[in-house]
Amino acid sequence: MNRVLDVLAPFALIGLLLAGWEIACRVTGVPAYFLPAPSDVAVALATDTASLMQAAWNTLSVALISLMIASILAQAIALLVGLSPLIDRAVRPLASVLQVTPVVAIAPLVLIWAGIDHPERAIVALAVLVAFFPIFSGAVTGLKAADPDLERLFDLYGASRLQRVLRLRLPSAVPFLLEGHKVGAGLAVIGAVVAEFGAGSGGVRGLAWRILDAGNKLQTARMIAALVVLGLMGVVLHALLERAERTGLAWWRGR
Amino acid sequence: MPPPVVALEAVEVDYAKRGRALGPFSLSIAAGEIVALVGPSGCGKSTALRLLAGLEQPTRGTVTRTAGRGETSVVFQAPTLAPWMTAQANVALPLELAGVPKKAARERAAQALARVGLAGAEQARPAQLSGGMAMRASLARALVTEPRLLLLDEPFAALDEITRRSLADDVLKLWRETGPAIVFVTHNVEEAAYMAARVAVLTRGPGRIAGEVNVPGHLPRLIGFRATPEFREAAEAVSDLLLKGSESLA
Repeated sequence: MNRVLDVLAPFALIGLLLAGWEIACRVTGVPAYFLPAPSDVAVALATDTASLMQAAWNTLSVALISLMIASILAQAIALLVGLSPLIDRAVRPLASVLQVTPVVAIAPLVLIWAGIDHPERAIVALAVLVAFFPIFSGAVTGLKAADPDLERLFDLYGASRLQRVLRLRLPSAVPFLLEGHKVGAGLAVIGAVVAEFGAGSGGVRGLAWRILDAGNKLQTARMIAALVVLGLMGVVLHALLERAERTGLAWWRGR
Repeated sequence: MPPPVVALEAVEVDYAKRGRALGPFSLSIAAGEIVALVGPSGCGKSTALRLLAGLEQPTRGTVTRTAGRGETSVVFQAPTLAPWMTAQANVALPLELAGVPKKAARERAAQALARVGLAGAEQARPAQLSGGMAMRASLARALVTEPRLLLLDEPFAALDEITRRSLADDVLKLWRETGPAIVFVTHNVEEAAYMAARVAVLTRGPGRIAGEVNVPGHLPRLIGFRATPEFREAAEAVSDLLLKGSESLA
């Protein structure tokens, strides 16, 4: 009984809020361009389903491509950093600068570099930039997280540097890499959306573009519909990543 | 007399922040000998073991090792198994790192697991093993290279009394089969007197030799050895030295 309540509670709250919103709109007669009723949003969702899905996929695919590129780059650089303390010193400050610089601030510059004809390249580059850091810092931490006694055993057995990296440090880093990719994937979506806003109407026709486009036309219900899809996409993606992380950890630990 | 497997001569170890950790300290281990290092916590026992293993260099004094790189094995207090590998892969690791072909290494690992009583657990992951079983797997990994020198750093400290007693007998049995010199660190007086032919007692840190006790009797121990007067006397002698060692500086 309690479990049923636990599951229902969030839906009940959402239903309650939506009902309050609907009633408030009808009673006050607020204009639809200012605040459309939930029923208007539902209509917009239903009529635009196909194009919304297309837009969601455009944003998601950009995020996934960016995640892959960020993953390869971050792990490769982390490996170099792990192999050489000197490279570590050289890279760290730059990596920190990248981490603390907001993506919106770099977006105009990257858009210029990508060229007016290829805003999608700029969006991928910006999403890569955002997704890079959590994976990189997870990999760097993970590569240093091996059991010190296991490190001593590798000393004792005369392991080469390469053997140590491949057979001890990389496998030890797996839990950190999983966590880094989970956070990185979420950030890649945020990065893609923010970059789409930066690119404006000429950009990839993703969810952010839908929001901008509908906003310019004062079609507020369509704006909110795109937001709803974006939120749902985020929730589903997060749940999938959580599950992937747990499965990965269970495989790594052997139970 | 054959040359010792490893000898520490007047070694001292200073750490930058903690200061003197060990010494001056001398200890010589003959081939096939079983020696226990006993001392209060913080006396530098584990440091001494790392010197014997060649994992650390002394600040002063000399370490002479005739056991080569691949001929020394260490078992730590925790099983220290890699969680992402099966028991068999963990045991095969030292061989594979030394360049033994994978298939041969895995076969010898399976044999080593069988010798410590873990036949059938080859594919188990460390997380699926009990504490005692994990320790056995760790022991198998140490023995798989057929070392001339086996170093044990408080190997059974985290186990219950029954498990540690049966493991002590197993270690002695395995010792008789392949005959490595064994040095083990413990703070358990009875364990030291039971397993070792010679017990070296350390003073409070920085550790020096407070004295040595020879434990007579057959190795591996015969049934009922813990009840014999020889065992009791040796344990008492070790206890006395421990007490003296901690008083001398107090």
